[in-house]
Amino acid sequence: MKIITGNDLKSGAVTWWNGAAWSLHVNDAADMGDEAAAVIAAEEAARRVNGAYVIEAEQTADGIRPAHIKERIRALGPTVRLDLSLDPTATPDKVL
Amino acid sequence: MADVQFLFREGEEAVSAPTVALSAFAEDTNATAVVIEPGEDARALIPHLDRLSLVEVTFPAFTDGRGFSSARILREAGYTGELRASGDIGVDMLSHLHRCGFDAIAPNAPLDLAQAETALKVWPQVYQATVVDGRKPIWALRHGL
Amino acid sequence: MYLYDHYDQAMVDARVAEFRDQTRRRIEGTLSEEKFRPLRLQNGLYLQLHAYMLRVAVPYGTLSGSQMKMLGDIADKYDRGYGHFTTRQNIQYNWIKLEDTPDILADLASVEMHAIQTSGNCIRNISADQYAGATADELIDPRPYAELLRQWSSFHPEFLALPRKFKICVIASDTDRAAMRLHDIGIQIVKNEAGEIGAAFYVGGGMGRTPIIAPLVKAFVPLDELITYSEACLRVYNRYGRRDNKYKARIKILVHELGLEEYSRQVEEEFAHLQTLNIEPPLAELERIKTFFADPAYETGLSDDLDLSNPAFAAWVKNNTAAHKTPGYAIVNISLKPVKVLADGTKEAGIPGDATGEQIRIMADLAKTYSFDELRVTHTQNIVLPHVRKADLFTVWEKLVAAELAEANLDKITDIIACPGLDYCTLANARSIPVAQKIAERMADKAEEIGELKLKISGCINACGHHHAGHIGILGVDRKGLENYQLLLGGCEGADTSLGKIIGPGFDEDGIVGAVEKATQVYLANKEGEERFLDTYRRIGMNPFKEAIYG
Repeated sequence: MKIITGNDLKSGAVTWWNGAAWSLHVNDAADMGDEAAAVIAAEEAARRVNGAYVIEAEQTADGIRPAHIKERIRALGPTVRLDLSLDPTATPDKVL
Repeated sequence: MADVQFLFREGEEAVSAPTVALSAFAEDTNATAVVIEPGEDARALIPHLDRLSLVEVTFPAFTDGRGFSSARILREAGYTGELRASGDIGVDMLSHLHRCGFDAIAPNAPLDLAQAETALKVWPQVYQATVVDGRKPIWALRHGL
Repeated sequence: MYLYDHYDQAMVDARVAEFRDQTRRRIEGTLSEEKFRPLRLQNGLYLQLHAYMLRVAVPYGTLSGSQMKMLGDIADKYDRGYGHFTTRQNIQYNWIKLEDTPDILADLASVEMHAIQTSGNCIRNISADQYAGATADELIDPRPYAELLRQWSSFHPEFLALPRKFKICVIASDTDRAAMRLHDIGIQIVKNEAGEIGAAFYVGGGMGRTPIIAPLVKAFVPLDELITYSEACLRVYNRYGRRDNKYKARIKILVHELGLEEYSRQVEEEFAHLQTLNIEPPLAELERIKTFFADPAYETGLSDDLDLSNPAFAAWVKNNTAAHKTPGYAIVNISLKPVKVLADGTKEAGIPGDATGEQIRIMADLAKTYSFDELRVTHTQNIVLPHVRKADLFTVWEKLVAAELAEANLDKITDIIACPGLDYCTLANARSIPVAQKIAERMADKAEEIGELKLKISGCINACGHHHAGHIGILGVDRKGLENYQLLLGGCEGADTSLGKIIGPGFDEDGIVGAVEKATQVYLANKEGEERFLDTYRRIGMNPFKEAIYG
């Protein structure tokens, strides 16, 4: 699936496009297919997001898993400070 | 060619003479206005300063700061005519351009006047002597120089 | 300590107001991200993996107790309770909000601090020897020159859109503790044959993807031409540094491509021209700045005796304190590289350079009570209390123990430099911190036996973790989507600066930990006399290590 991520302009928080709005949780991300570019343009113009881009991800039993390790770290938090993760079940293995 | 939006030359209007490229300038002995691109050597103009009324220094990208050096070099060499910065110029560059000796600004897109006014007044004092901006640096003020 | 006068304060306050206005325009939409980005970078604000990251300048690594306390308070008020001390003697916060940043800068300005030019293609925060003013081996305190350069480089209108970032370092002793020759300009304050003080300029060093040790460009610049000469160096770079390829845009490439002789010739020509313009602050300004760095009121007649009957204290004194120029005093290094031993005997290493808001405030208090209100940040991501009475060392140590800040491992294999890596940084290709932690945990029991071994880890080729300059260096790369680590041996910052060489094919995370362990075994098996790891490596060369690691 193709999902959209970025950072909230004002807070900098990692955000995921759920199809209608931005969510802090990767599991809310919607598969945007070819519509991503239009969403990114509109949302950046509205200054709700900074530096949005599309990434590859897959739906797994555990939730949505971005394809690249960098995005998994963004989704779950620094592997060395998972106490700061939004996902209480986050472990280094889950990130990797 | 963008218009001059800001001119800091008391009682004068922006020079309207047609500009020539630096490469053509030495040949064209009638030319009184020249354009320098970032990669060109401003010092090539030093022998001709007395016949120049306008030097336009281009900023094709605001992140390319070579034009700041070009401007100071010309002023340091005694050039007193219009020194125009043109191109990709935002309000946040204005005071730095002015400090390097530019006295005319021709941005690609006109700048917001209120914002420009704020930006030009940001710095109460300055740390460096650029010499060409006529401002006394802080160290001179500290020591009564 | 330098104190602001009303001019300095007005400049920093003006900068806060300017950035508040720029932030407002960005949020309101009249300033695009493309145009805002260089402005926020020049105020230390990055957009990193998880949030904005703010890098606060600690000019020449020196700060007071109240400044340090403010750093701790900012960690708690605006971030998530901790900060990260960096290899540029600065501190950065990882979870900052754009909308809070003007307020943070205002809080910093209230204690004479700022985030000016801690990023971006401009002259960055000036670094210096962390033992400046305290060590016996220096010619003179280098910080007044660094402060003079700080003021000159702040908002210098000609040099705010350089081809690339520009880092300056000032030292004044032959023992280089600040990696001086790995800077764009490294300055060593020296004495000439006539006995005059001046500056030797090394230009064009750096790490990154093309590590180069800076060559000497001018052996002696008189003190009343320091700014003029620096300006000449920068102008030549601004005009002729490459702008077509950001990987070739640092001054080291210009010096390399022009050749040292041609670069020096151009600088000399510019220098001769600039000398006619009167841009140099008078020596009286340097004298004014120097008064702020006068020695504190040391007590005299103090004893150098220490009761070392407590073995843990004795180990800490041996490893983490350094000789002070004044009898009865010591320089204290506070390690930010803890390795905790858990109840079951397993080890748990901390994150190199991280400190909690509470720990930062504790260090601030210690500085106030025991170190004439002064601290230093080191490029090895540790903290220094520069002037502690030996009679107070035990008390200071006990307080550090209670705060989990008393790891006795300075310059040992567990005192690892690590960049934030892929856990935090958008540029990184691999994580650095977990590798540092695993190595520290694996090697902790051997650290004392191995002795001095500087291990440095970067999570990408940009080399923020100084891997080129590590006795053992580790570089994280991306190999087909997987983290991979290359091992380098033989790097060194300091007077005998050398660059590490890659030993062979890379490793996965566990593999690199094993390879480091094997390298230390080769050292211990081959060491002669008092040789350090680096000395043995230099004597026996790469092959024995290669055989042990890949054989």
